[in-house]
Amino acid sequence: MRWLVRLLGVVVLLLLAWRVAAVGLAEGYPASFWISQTLNGLVLGGVYALIALGYTLVYGILLMINFAHGDVMMIGGFTGFFALQLWIGVGWLDGSALWVVLALVLTVVAGMLGSVLAGITLERVAYRPLRGAPRLVPLISAIGASLFLQYSVLLIFGVTPRAYTRPALIEGGFRAGDVFVPYTGIIIFIVSLVLMLALYLIVQRSKLGRAMRAVAEDKSTAALMGINVDQVIVFTFILGSALAGAGGVLLGFHNTVVKFNSGFIPGLKAFTAAVLGGIGNIPGAMVGALLLGLIEALGPSALGIPTEYKDIIAFSVLVLILIFRPSGLLGEVLSEKKA
Amino acid sequence: MLVLEQIHTYYDRIHALKGVSLTVRQGEIVTLIGSNGAGKSTTLRAISGLIKPRLGRILLDGQPIDPLPAHAVMRLGISQSPEGRRIFARLTVEENLELGAFTRNDKPAIRADLERVLALFPRLRERLRQRGGTLSGGEQQMLAIGRALMSRPRLLLLDEPSMGLAPLLVEQIFRIVRSINEQGTTILLVEQNAHAALSIAHRAYVLETGTVVLEGPASEVLASSQVREAYLGG
Ligand SMILES: Nc1ncnc2c1ncn2[C@@H]1O[C@H](COP(=O)(O)OP(=O)(O)OP(=O)(O)O)[C@@H](O)[C@H]1O
Ligand SMILES: [Mg+2]
Repeated sequence: MRWLVRLLGVVVLLLLAWRVAAVGLAEGYPASFWISQTLNGLVLGGVYALIALGYTLVYGILLMINFAHGDVMMIGGFTGFFALQLWIGVGWLDGSALWVVLALVLTVVAGMLGSVLAGITLERVAYRPLRGAPRLVPLISAIGASLFLQYSVLLIFGVTPRAYTRPALIEGGFRAGDVFVPYTGIIIFIVSLVLMLALYLIVQRSKLGRAMRAVAEDKSTAALMGINVDQVIVFTFILGSALAGAGGVLLGFHNTVVKFNSGFIPGLKAFTAAVLGGIGNIPGAMVGALLLGLIEALGPSALGIPTEYKDIIAFSVLVLILIFRPSGLLGEVLSEKKA
Repeated sequence: MLVLEQIHTYYDRIHALKGVSLTVRQGEIVTLIGSNGAGKSTTLRAISGLIKPRLGRILLDGQPIDPLPAHAVMRLGISQSPEGRRIFARLTVEENLELGAFTRNDKPAIRADLERVLALFPRLRERLRQRGGTLSGGEQQMLAIGRALMSRPRLLLLDEPSMGLAPLLVEQIFRIVRSINEQGTTILLVEQNAHAALSIAHRAYVLETGTVVLEGPASEVLASSQVREAYLGG
């Protein structure tokens, strides 16, 4: 059984490689095309990473897939949108560069706050009462929470997408040879990297981060150390939601719109990225997300299929990973406690 | 200092402790011995707040602590080195020790206590940056005890600190337990190694299937024929 699956995998990979080679030779895209697609992939990957980290953090501690995480991100996107309207109202976006930068930073912060509020509310209302229940139960609750968030937003704000106005300052980009680099792309990638670094430092260097890692390993022994496990879990949701909120705002600027179901597909993609890297593993989520971003940006052209089908590629990756390496690229083999 | 009054605990329908009462006085080493499954670890878990007694009370200096969650009990000065060591395997030895001092904020004093623990267990010093999971069983046991000491507990609960150790190391661990006690920490010691435990303890309780069947000064318990037959091999 096992070898059959593996053989199948090798055949699929060979077919893919053959297809990529054939298309590459036939179409002959210029190098600049591949470079700019790679840059696109990194930008997208950066946003996926911000969202993927939330899945992985919560999974690491509760062994639960927070299925509503993509929608928590969408809430951040909406909060950011309204913050942006506010800054537009008071004229900050027409002001000097300093005001524009301030407005943008505050938009991201607002998105983070919105998502954090949504995240900790879900933890309190939808997940905490179910702690200790069989693992399927909180998962179902999370799916319910996801639908609740989406349709509440639909009910309150309607189906019309809200437009994210890019200030003139960050519109456009520059040319390096034949490659066009948009400013938003650079900003999104840098903000993602900075937030990822911040998260890494919090988890690895701070006292609370140490407590998080202890709780992830063994809750009752962590409690024996005087750690308030519930508080650490809330803190984990805060971190994950804050990153997602920032991701929601960045995605808003990237796609220039946000609507009630804006979180669904990116949420699934980020989940894929987290699984690809090894769910529960923080560097894994980052690597998996960047890889997925690249696969999505380069895949359609490399395979010679229309870009509308890029989602198929992403989710094929999920299926392949689940079949061949469920623990992900950087994941450890699950201990019996976790399995 | 610590009083258990008629504690009853359950794991689902298993009645693990059936009315356990015991007292630990300031400055003592009290040992709790008994065969496998008698309820020794359960007693320590109940004291630490990891399981709630369904009946009975646990008092620390006259105040009931049984309603408190585990992290709050630890803040009152009771720390535990649990059965099976329960080292955080993915954290370094140093991080494990620092977690023992999680509730404290006095950095210099924590540093000093870290030195004290490392002086007690010099083998840990060379392994500070190593992951806890890579330590040998004996080293993990030292780490578990050291970690429990890092909170500067008033009352230290030790669950089978000699388990799985070579005889030489067992002796060393018991010496260390006694010296910790001589420096002012009260100790409640759970042990399979009844002889060694009784020889360093002031008082002892013998537990059998969830009830205390014998208690008294350690020397008397050591001399009792009942204990000799059951736990000391005649
Ligand atoms: N998590 C649990 N779930 C169900 N039953 C349990 C659990 N933990 C302990 N028990 C039961 O409670 C009783 C007391 O267990 P406990 O661990 O306190 O014994 P012990 O005296 O520490 O034994 P040992 O010397 O083997 O460590 C045993 O009958 C055991 O099977
Ligand atoms: Mg035990």
